[in-house]
Amino acid sequence: MSGLPLVLAANAFDTFVQTLFKALALGSLYALLALGFVLIYKATQTVNFAQGALALAGTWFLSIIFMDWNVPGRWIGGPGWVHWFIALVLAAAATGVLGLVIERLTIRPMIGEPIFSMAVITLGLEVVIRVVAFDAVNTTPRRLGIPWGMETFKIGGAMVAWSYIAAIAMAGVAFLGTWRFFKTRTGVAMRATAFDQEAALAQGINVGRIFAIAWAVGAALAAISGIFASMPPWGPAGLASRDGAFFAFRALPAVILGGLDSVVGALVGGLIIGFAEVFAGQYLASYTGVIGVGYQQVVPYVVMLIGLLVRPYGLFGTAEVRRV
Amino acid sequence: MRGRPNLYTSYEAESQLMPTRTKKVILGLFLVVAVLMPFDLPIIDQLPVVRFLGDNVWLRLVNRALCFTIAALGLNILMGLGGQISLGHTFFGGVGAYTAVLMGGKASSNLWGWGLPMWLWLPAAGVVAAVVGIAVAPAAVRVRGLYLGIVTLGLVFIGLHLSRVFPEIAGPGALGRKWPRMELRLWKEDEPFLDFSRDGHWLWFDINKNQKTYLFLLVIVIVMAWMAANIARTRTGRALQAIRDRDVAAEIMGVPEYRYKTTAFAISSFYAGIGGSLFASLSVQLPPEQWSLIGSVTFIAALLIGGMGRVSGVLMGSFFVVTSHRFVEEIVDWMKHQAEEGGVFSGFFDFLISTGEGDGGFVSVMETALGYPLPVSALDDIIFGLLIIFFLLFEPLGLYGIWIKIRNYWKGWPFSY
Repeated sequence: MSGLPLVLAANAFDTFVQTLFKALALGSLYALLALGFVLIYKATQTVNFAQGALALAGTWFLSIIFMDWNVPGRWIGGPGWVHWFIALVLAAAATGVLGLVIERLTIRPMIGEPIFSMAVITLGLEVVIRVVAFDAVNTTPRRLGIPWGMETFKIGGAMVAWSYIAAIAMAGVAFLGTWRFFKTRTGVAMRATAFDQEAALAQGINVGRIFAIAWAVGAALAAISGIFASMPPWGPAGLASRDGAFFAFRALPAVILGGLDSVVGALVGGLIIGFAEVFAGQYLASYTGVIGVGYQQVVPYVVMLIGLLVRPYGLFGTAEVRRV
Repeated sequence: MRGRPNLYTSYEAESQLMPTRTKKVILGLFLVVAVLMPFDLPIIDQLPVVRFLGDNVWLRLVNRALCFTIAALGLNILMGLGGQISLGHTFFGGVGAYTAVLMGGKASSNLWGWGLPMWLWLPAAGVVAAVVGIAVAPAAVRVRGLYLGIVTLGLVFIGLHLSRVFPEIAGPGALGRKWPRMELRLWKEDEPFLDFSRDGHWLWFDINKNQKTYLFLLVIVIVMAWMAANIARTRTGRALQAIRDRDVAAEIMGVPEYRYKTTAFAISSFYAGIGGSLFASLSVQLPPEQWSLIGSVTFIAALLIGGMGRVSGVLMGSFFVVTSHRFVEEIVDWMKHQAEEGGVFSGFFDFLISTGEGDGGFVSVMETALGYPLPVSALDDIIFGLLIIFFLLFEPLGLYGIWIKIRNYWKGWPFSY
C-alpha cells in the first residue's frame, strides 16, 4: 500500500496506532468489496469477476454526476459534503441499474448452467465494461471531488486520514444494512433462495426477482467500494482511473478466506487480509531486500492459501455437501 | 462393419481416434495443406483462407497461435477432461518461459543465463513447470470449483511478484529480457545445425525464418495434440473424466481423486511450460506482465469458444482467439475502403467509421489514442469480451458444437431427421 508516508509518528506506539487505523480502514474496504461478491454469490451462485469493472463504472458515474453535471449542487444549497453524499447515492443507484441490466441480459438465461460458465460470463463482462467505461468513453483520470480530500488529524502523535474514518464508517453502515436486510421479507426470501432454489420456488418465492435484487445491490456496493477505494491513501489521489478495476481482484482473497457465501466471513476475511497486508507492509519493510519491493500486495494471497489449506471452504463458508 | 458408422463391436473400435476412412482421408489432406501452406504453390494458394494465411505477416500470427495452442491443449486436459477450473495457466507458462531463459539465455553482469542449447531448455521448460504444478497441487486439489479458480488466480499474482524479486532472471524494468532463439545446436557455442530463426536454404528451396519456425512449431503441435488426444483414452484420461462428471462417484469406484488431480496439474503445466517457452522465444523479448491474468482469461476463452474437452475444439478456439484481433483490424480497414470508394453499403460504413477530425462514427481508424471515437484496439477487446458471453449463452459447445450441428444436418440430408 503506497500513499501516505509510511513512518511519520515519533515513537513506536504512535506508529502502531497509525498502522492500526490504516489496517482497519483497508480491512473495511476489502470487507466492503467482499460484501458485494458475497451477496451476489449467495443469491445467484456466481462469482462476479466483473465486480471491479462495476466499481470502475461507479466511480465514473460519480465523476459525471458530481463534477460534470454538478448534481445536486445546481438545485440545492447547503454544504458540499451533503451534495457529495447525494451524488454518491445517485452513482450507486446508476450502477445498480447497470447491474440489473447485466443480470437480465446475461445471467438470467444461464440459470441452471454450471457455475463455472456463469463465472466466465462475468469475466467477459469485466473486459467489456472496463474497456467501454475507460478506453471508449474517457481516458483521462477523472476527479471525484472527495470532500475530505487528503486531510488528516492527530490522535496523540499518530496521523490518521479522514478517509480511514470514512471507509470504516461506510463499511459499518453497509454491514449493518445487510444484517437488517436479511431480517426483512425479501432478505429471508434471498436466504431461502441461497439455500435451495427449487425449494424456494415451490414456496412461491420469485427467484428471478431475488436474482435481480442481488445484482442491483451487489453492483451498488461495488460502486460505493470502488469510490472509497479511489480515495487518497489507496487510489490515485481521488481520481477515477482504471486501476480501480484491479483493486477488486485484491479483495478476492478476503472473499475466499472468509468463505464465498458468508456475510460474516466477508467482514472477518476483509479485516484479516487488511491487517495482514498493512502490518506486513509496516513491520517487514526492513526485509525488502530479501522479499522484494511491493511484497505486501502478495501477502493477501499467501494468507488466503494458508487459510484454505486449513479450511478448504474458508473460515465461515458452508462446506458443500457431497453426495452421489 | 463398413457402412455402419455407429456400430461398434469392441471397446477398441469405439475408442479409436480415427474410426472411419473418411476421417483418415480428411486428416491426411488437412495435414498436407498445413505443411504446404506457407509456400507459394499453385493449388494450395487458391484455397480460401489458406490463400492469405501463408503470407509472412499472417504467418507470424499463425506461429503465435501454434504456441498458444500447445498451452491451451494442456489447459484442456485440466479443465476439459478433469473439470478443474484454473485461472493460473499463464503462471505455468511463465515458469516454463523463465526456465528457458535461465538455461538458454546469455549471461551478463546483471542477468543470469547458462547458454545451454535448445534440446535441453525446451524439455526442461516443460519439466520444471510440471514440477511446480506438482508442488502447488497439494493446495489446489483440496479446494473445489470456484475456490480453486481463485486460488490459481493467486498464483498469477505471486508469480508476477517473484519476477520482481528476481530481476536477474526476469530482466530489469518493463522491457523484460531476451529469450534464446529457436535453433538446434549440439552444445553451447557450436554452430547450429538447424536454425529456425534465420532465413536460409533447405534442399533446393529458399526458406525464410517464419516458414522455418512454422514447420518446427507445426511438428511440435502435431506431436502434442496427438499425445493430448491419446491421454484422453488412457486410464488417466478416463479417471479424470470420471472425476469431472461426479467426483464422489469416482472416488467410490476407487479412483484416487487427489492423485489423478495432481497428475492432471502436472500434465497441464508441462504443456503450459512448453507453450510458454516457445511463445517467449518467438516474441524475442517480453516483459513479466505478459504472464498476467488476462492471458489466463484468454486461454479459458479459447477453450470455451473452441469447445471444451476436444482437441479439434482447442485447435479451432486457439486460432480464433489469437487471430481475431487481426481479423477485426482487416474488417475495419475493408469497411474504411468501402466507405471511401462508395459501394452499396458505403453510407452505413461511413456512419460507423470515423476517418479523422470532425467525421462522425464510433470507430476511429486514424487515431490509436484511447477515447471516443474508439480505436480499433479497444474495439478488439470489446468484441473479445462479447464473444465469450455470446458463446456461453448461445453455443456452450463452442465452434465444435457448431460443427456437430452442421455435420448432423448433412448426415440426414435431405431428410431433417
